[in-house]
Amino acid sequence: MESEPVKSEVSAGSTSSSEQTPSPLVAAFQREHPDWVKDVIEDRGETTIIVPAEHILATCSFLKTWPETHFDFLSDLCGVDRGVEEEPRFEVNYHLFSTTKYHRWRLKVLLNDENVHVGSVTSVWRTANWHERETYDLFGVIFDNHPDLRRILLPEDWQGHALRKDFPLRGYEPYSLK
Amino acid sequence: MSAAIPPQFEVVDRPLDTQMTISMGPQHPSTHGVLRLELVLDGEMVVKATPDIGYLHTGMEKLFEYKKYQQGIVITDRMDYLNPLGNNLAYVMAGEKLLGLEIPERAQTIRVLMCELQRIASHLVWLGTHALDIGAMTVFFYCFREREKILNLIEAASGGRLTPSYFRIGGLMMDLPAGFENRCKQFLNDFLGAVDEFHTLLTGNKIFQNRTQGVGYISAEDAIDWGLSGPCLRGSGVALDIRRANPYCGYENYDFEVPTEPDCDVWARYMVRMRELKESHKIAVQALSRLKPGSVKADAPKVVLPDRQAMKKHMDALIHHFLIVAEGFDVPAGEVYFPIEASKGELGVYMKSDGGPKPSRVHFRGPSFVNLSALPDMARGGMVADIVAVIGSLDIVLGEIDR
Repeated sequence: MESEPVKSEVSAGSTSSSEQTPSPLVAAFQREHPDWVKDVIEDRGETTIIVPAEHILATCSFLKTWPETHFDFLSDLCGVDRGVEEEPRFEVNYHLFSTTKYHRWRLKVLLNDENVHVGSVTSVWRTANWHERETYDLFGVIFDNHPDLRRILLPEDWQGHALRKDFPLRGYEPYSLK
Repeated sequence: MSAAIPPQFEVVDRPLDTQMTISMGPQHPSTHGVLRLELVLDGEMVVKATPDIGYLHTGMEKLFEYKKYQQGIVITDRMDYLNPLGNNLAYVMAGEKLLGLEIPERAQTIRVLMCELQRIASHLVWLGTHALDIGAMTVFFYCFREREKILNLIEAASGGRLTPSYFRIGGLMMDLPAGFENRCKQFLNDFLGAVDEFHTLLTGNKIFQNRTQGVGYISAEDAIDWGLSGPCLRGSGVALDIRRANPYCGYENYDFEVPTEPDCDVWARYMVRMRELKESHKIAVQALSRLKPGSVKADAPKVVLPDRQAMKKHMDALIHHFLIVAEGFDVPAGEVYFPIEASKGELGVYMKSDGGPKPSRVHFRGPSFVNLSALPDMARGGMVADIVAVIGSLDIVLGEIDR
């Protein structure tokens, strides 16, 4: 039968290769706004930038309009639970894409279990609306200033957040409409 | 001179000053599954349309975390069930990117061939049901006649018609069966004639034109802002195709066009898909002509199941077979996002590994999910009947939206 998912033994920090030189574009961005970049990870041809939660909205609106990057398309936004024991526990990943330059970046926000608040980027890309609702629904991450933060996949009166690692695969009890 | 109209029959044209909220779905036939729309109407005009989804939610992303990498492939079939090979492809290629596997050329070519056949099949279901929603019944039968031939081909290759699970991390389940190429050639030879038939049935049809032209408008800027992708984005004049922008599977070596239409309405999205049928046909013909003998599995004995005959003769192959089936294979820690151009738009898989045989997170960026989120914008100010046309033009599959 189902077993527990593998405990995360490797923290996300260990995949960081800070000795690896970031691409010129990332370096330029880092020079522009050094306090928005906590860490840069270049792995398997993908660029990941770890952004402090309080700067995510500013970073996104900057990267959307900055002519060097022109990230006008938010491909995807998804949450990750790194494990109950992990600190910080949650990640929110923003997959950015440019419809003119065809390049992709991943922005990553790390959140502690006690403070799962992050600014909504709905004002930057409207498509973030449903992605953020989904992340709220399944992980309980709260997006501040979201216009309509309701559950989207699970019923309104659902208890808990289903994709958290401490939520059992089969739930706590069979769901029935009240 | 006509007689004066009695006052009780006089047509009074004034908008109702009362608004009505009605629920369309979840069992409405034109919502293509179990989608519920909460409509605020002023007479017949849509003031606000709010999609309500989740009726088909089965927790697939949770399930991935409890299944080994190779077991996850069968779950992907059930997401966008009209384009299962596309889902398989995005999933296995994300896994291959995590592992850093090189896929043999023959496997890549077969993947392109099968995915283009699947794209045609998916577009055919869209065309049949879209026309059916608008009131043209005949097209449905013509489309399903052609789709049946593709499903037979997919069944010949994989054993499954709707849930093929044909691709594996590291290649294919098995090589194409004997005689497949000839059957495929025969289908492709006849197919362009069938597309002309569809055009005869619909494109010149005045009713169809009136129902689709100028309906469901979304500008290019709005489409990008809403994250539309695939034919919906190209119907707004943006020539974006992941096969061109971020090529995979060797798509950069194929000669095909990215059709766009400038009109931004239901008609434009219709024309884009109709032209894509021919482009997919073109790619499939090229892929078929490039098929050269060779292996369809990567040279990675710890990840790819050994050949059946080898397993019966060689001890190491037997050990590998046993270990892969019983314990799975470890994937190095890391995370990737792999986008492909599925039949409905950008299908992206985010996969995160902690180093074990099961992924720690799999997320599907479904094109239907994102395309549907733009529906309120497209439906506002239109008629109730136009919503049916707009939903049809978005080509949504609820299995993928709700996951």
